Amino acid sequence: MEAQGRRPVSVRSVNCPNCGAATAVRTFGHAVNVVCQSCRSILDAANPGVTILQQYTNAVREEPLIPLGTRGKLLDIECEVVGFQVRQITVEGVAYQWREYLLFNPYREFRYLTEYAGHWNVVSTINALPEGGPTPDGSAPRSYGRQRYRHFQTAVATTTFVLGEFPWQIRVGDTTTGSDYVAPPLMLSAEVDADKEVTWSLGRYVAGDEIWTSLSLPGTPPEPVGVFANQPSPFQGATLAMWRNAMRLVALAIVLWLVHLASARDKQALMQNYVFDPRTAPDASLVTPVFELDGHPAAVEIETATNLDNQWMFVGYALVNDETGQAFEVARDVSYYHGVEDGESWTEGSPTDRVELPSVPPGRYFLRIETEGDRTASSPVGYRVRVVRDVSTSLWFVVALVLIVVPPILSSWRALKFEGRRWQESDHG
Amino acid sequence: MTSRAASCPNCGAPLVYRWSSSVQTVCEYCRSIVVRTDVDMKKVGQVADLPYDGSPIQLSTEGRYGDKGFVVAGRILYQYDQGTWNEWRIVLDGGIDGWLSDAQNALAVSFLTSGLEIPTLAQASLGRSFVWNGTPFTVVSRTLAHYAGVEGELPFEYWDKTEVTFVDLRSEGADFATIDYSDETPALYIGKAVDFDTVRLRNVRTFEGW
Repeated sequence: MEAQGRRPVSVRSVNCPNCGAATAVRTFGHAVNVVCQSCRSILDAANPGVTILQQYTNAVREEPLIPLGTRGKLLDIECEVVGFQVRQITVEGVAYQWREYLLFNPYREFRYLTEYAGHWNVVSTINALPEGGPTPDGSAPRSYGRQRYRHFQTAVATTTFVLGEFPWQIRVGDTTTGSDYVAPPLMLSAEVDADKEVTWSLGRYVAGDEIWTSLSLPGTPPEPVGVFANQPSPFQGATLAMWRNAMRLVALAIVLWLVHLASARDKQALMQNYVFDPRTAPDASLVTPVFELDGHPAAVEIETATNLDNQWMFVGYALVNDETGQAFEVARDVSYYHGVEDGESWTEGSPTDRVELPSVPPGRYFLRIETEGDRTASSPVGYRVRVVRDVSTSLWFVVALVLIVVPPILSSWRALKFEGRRWQESDHG
Repeated sequence: MTSRAASCPNCGAPLVYRWSSSVQTVCEYCRSIVVRTDVDMKKVGQVADLPYDGSPIQLSTEGRYGDKGFVVAGRILYQYDQGTWNEWRIVLDGGIDGWLSDAQNALAVSFLTSGLEIPTLAQASLGRSFVWNGTPFTVVSRTLAHYAGVEGELPFEYWDKTEVTFVDLRSEGADFATIDYSDETPALYIGKAVDFDTVRLRNVRTFEGW
């Protein structure tokens, strides 16, 4: 964009009639009000004579974190910080203050950079009205540009401090009613100035570090405190991705489980009947004939079916590879009691026990069995030992399911806590 | 585009009406407001220097609206309690008259309509909606302004008006409308809010340091 034979519009300054100090005007003919940089009087910049519109009376002077005159690119648009105001709302007797920096580019609309407790937003006015009526009304959500925004807060904001220059009239004590609707990282806001004007704007949450880099500011931005209305949740996206991954893993586990169920052969490798008499030999041991476990490494089930009747026995198995001597050991307590008490029958335990040995390699095996029983038993114990090869098992599937869903559940819980902290600060908290 | 040459009835300087639809112009030398009455020129008033304003737009700035190019031919500057804004008269390809309004660099292009029902000023309260050509518009501002100056060529006589009330309306689709209540019969302008990226302005003012 270049001029044709005309001199550029030059920067000028105004002299304060109150203290005489000169203040540079950065927005050229846009400046309606300029705050004297020395005594903080609000001056009428539109009149060549420059008159004082409001004199500064507060004892406290606010210092903007970003100095006026700072230039840089924010969200891809070059801009200069030209104005600064502090605004305040009061909720349940507590005053909350935030700071707004007015951003200028002679070939763009004015924008705002806002800061509250270390949280920053770049705000632009919007050309189209959100759906649902022009003025904020109640707490119904709004839609704008296919995005749904939830009502966050409606409050009356009062300007408590101004510095720099503004293209419209501004005074300490000005009030407007503002309503905010959020869809992180965006915030849709309406400002109503009595019955004269309603202005809708869209803010985008920008991390302090990004502001500092964009504007080449020295030092570091203030550390953000708490969760801001439209601060993007660090958990939201991650949680969603975790659930998506978890669902993929669950689907994979289901497929593997079904394949396993379909391919499990439940092939009997050994069945032997034994009797042992604990009254004469409370400890006994024996060895079964050698049997074949074929195929690939797979689960083996050992079933002990007894005729125990109000009696217990201990049985220890060692599944020993006849060729290598490799042993898989497992010990079981089997007991079965029953009776009638107060007219109700009861049972405890079971005469049959099953135990699984996962992933036993193929080969020739025998079982070494050790038994122990109640010396005071009334009868000998008969039991049948069955060894089943390639048995179907579902335990690993349950374990896998739990392991898969625990991380996304934890993440969801953290995301929920984050949202709780966000909405705690709203009208709906 | 037929240019017509004449001379200023006040100072004799050459005057050119670049657009046939122009009725009024401001003499570049003596700032007389000159109204064309068919072929003769009549001085009807004089403008004070225009207030210093920050608009990047100037006479002969060019831009685009939709698939048409336009050039800025004239301007009315308004002042209201919050500041000022400009209504730039633009002439689009094919000689169509339109207006480019510029309020603190917020831009909108609109065209005078006819035959549409216009609410009274009292009816057009903040938040009220009206449907024109199938589009619902809602009142977003009511502004009491006064004329602060004119420049260039205008399609009607306009000078020295006192208080004017404008009602601005917007739609959910960036449509823009403004009702001018300065005459007995209000005038309705309808168009679109536009931004700098889409109007692609050329021959704009330059600013020191930018």
